[in-house]
Amino acid sequence: MKWLTASVLWTLFALTTMGVRADLTIEITQGVDNPTSIAVVPFAWQGAGTAPEDIAGVVDGDLARSGQFSPVGRSDMLGLPSSEPEIFYRDWRAIETEYLLIGRVSVAGQMRIEYELFDVLRQKKVHNGVETGPVNEARMLAHRVADAVYEKLTGIRGAFATRLLYVSVSRVPGGKDYARLTLADSDGARPIVLLESREPVLAPSWSPDGTQIAYVSFETGRPAIYRQHLATGQREQLTNFKGLNGSPAWSPDGNSMAMVLSKDGNPDIYLMNLSNKRLTRITRHYAIDTEPTWMPDGNSLLFTSDRGGRPQIYRYDLRNGNTERVTFEGVYNARARVAQDGRNVVLVHQQDGAFHIALLDLVTNRLQVLTSTELDESPSIAPNGSMVLYATKYADRGILAAVSVDGGVKFRLPAREGDVREPAWSPHMSR
Amino acid sequence: MRHLPVAGKAITLLFTAALLVACSGSDTKDAEAEAAAAAAAAKAAEEAAAAEATARQQQLDSAAAALGNVFYFDYDSSALRADSIDALNAHIAALQGNERTVRLEGHTDERGTRDYNMALGERRANSVRDYMVANGIASYRIESISYGEERPIAYGSGESNWAQNRRVELK
Repeated sequence: MKWLTASVLWTLFALTTMGVRADLTIEITQGVDNPTSIAVVPFAWQGAGTAPEDIAGVVDGDLARSGQFSPVGRSDMLGLPSSEPEIFYRDWRAIETEYLLIGRVSVAGQMRIEYELFDVLRQKKVHNGVETGPVNEARMLAHRVADAVYEKLTGIRGAFATRLLYVSVSRVPGGKDYARLTLADSDGARPIVLLESREPVLAPSWSPDGTQIAYVSFETGRPAIYRQHLATGQREQLTNFKGLNGSPAWSPDGNSMAMVLSKDGNPDIYLMNLSNKRLTRITRHYAIDTEPTWMPDGNSLLFTSDRGGRPQIYRYDLRNGNTERVTFEGVYNARARVAQDGRNVVLVHQQDGAFHIALLDLVTNRLQVLTSTELDESPSIAPNGSMVLYATKYADRGILAAVSVDGGVKFRLPAREGDVREPAWSPHMSR
Repeated sequence: MRHLPVAGKAITLLFTAALLVACSGSDTKDAEAEAAAAAAAAKAAEEAAAAEATARQQQLDSAAAALGNVFYFDYDSSALRADSIDALNAHIAALQGNERTVRLEGHTDERGTRDYNMALGERRANSVRDYMVANGIASYRIESISYGEERPIAYGSGESNWAQNRRVELK
């Protein structure tokens, strides 16, 4: 199949971005017990007029959302330093600030952000850095600053300079709903509608380098798997088989895609070689085999199967063709996603009739339930393994929510309009 | 058997035509007239039979429509329920003797993961398909498609909503 030019798509995109959007807001519902106090002072704008973006505001929001930081409110700041000599440490000690982030923003063709991080108690600079890039990517530059601060203070790579895919749906009772595939920053800002359809759109997923996405669309009246380049909008229909065409999952090397097809009678897992489109059948069972996902080393796949009676997670080893059951706790475990460490697996776990997000440690085999709401699904783990984004219901609406892998931090991302579901957290983006 | 009178009339006409043909003499004009009459009678019989078939099809269609085109399922089950059988049989009867095609759309409630539900919806559609095939409808006339939980009838949660969403629609 050749690449389709997507002029229709881009026309749609242009129309829909002007219309209704499922903008997300953020409500932090639970943080850690002793969050680190940090003051992110508004960065000095070294240009004419007003700054094109509140860089410090974006950094502040990122750190707050992690639940591990408690940013100081701007109205509590006794001064607004933007360079080291302007800092009066006693002012910050007085309001029990542990860390101080200051910076300067200028534009000369490209935007340039310089920043410095200080330890208030020890009165010394602990980190400084520069981010440069196009002005229209100001928010992404700000997220990179937040990533650097987060890594410096927690020892864990930040995942703020990443993006989210999700599906939002406007209900049309008695008619066909509107489904929109949306791309946004990791904080829900800058939503862009990539596809709008009156037919279902689902299962969005990322290529390992973050430049392409795959999804299932029913736009022809039947399900088909598509892949699309984010930079150009160019897209390609990969499958059009009789029956199910679902659950596309890119291999870690980007060369093949696992998927679910039922063309041979019932749902099984297949691998498609993306250069020649050749299919290899992976499972061959009369049960439902679905929801494939890759182990980070690319040597095995996890998938959901009800071959034992109820849905459980299994692992297929591509090197020897062996299949082994992975989950044993509870009557229902499905749709696994694996952290980059290859150890933490997030999945949907049923307990007392309710569906929760749980974390399975593949080394200890310990399963920990992370959420307490009843209809939680579609977990997607951040590329740094810290947070899990998932879909749930709140006030009878589909919303996105997040929980840290230790269960300590929780926040919701309710949409202003419609039902939101199927979040897919991007990999780390290369610059 | 309300259709018999029409069929009876058609048969009487056919017999009359046959008799006329049999009684005709050597006169060619008579023979031509008789042949024409016979052809007219045969055509009338054919039309009557077609009208009867249409009426019968309409009756079967309205009988099937009256029983509904939605078949409901129990939670996490793709087994046909006893309360679907009468309606399904009526649809099968309406598909006998013609070559119409049908589309079976399988659906689930919102519980469970979306991709698993996609598979469950297909299983439900296939249960209906298998029953139809076992009762004489050729499989090439039936298309099964699953919408999983993507197309609810009732948007809310709770069993009263869920029960309406676990279904196969015959279209």
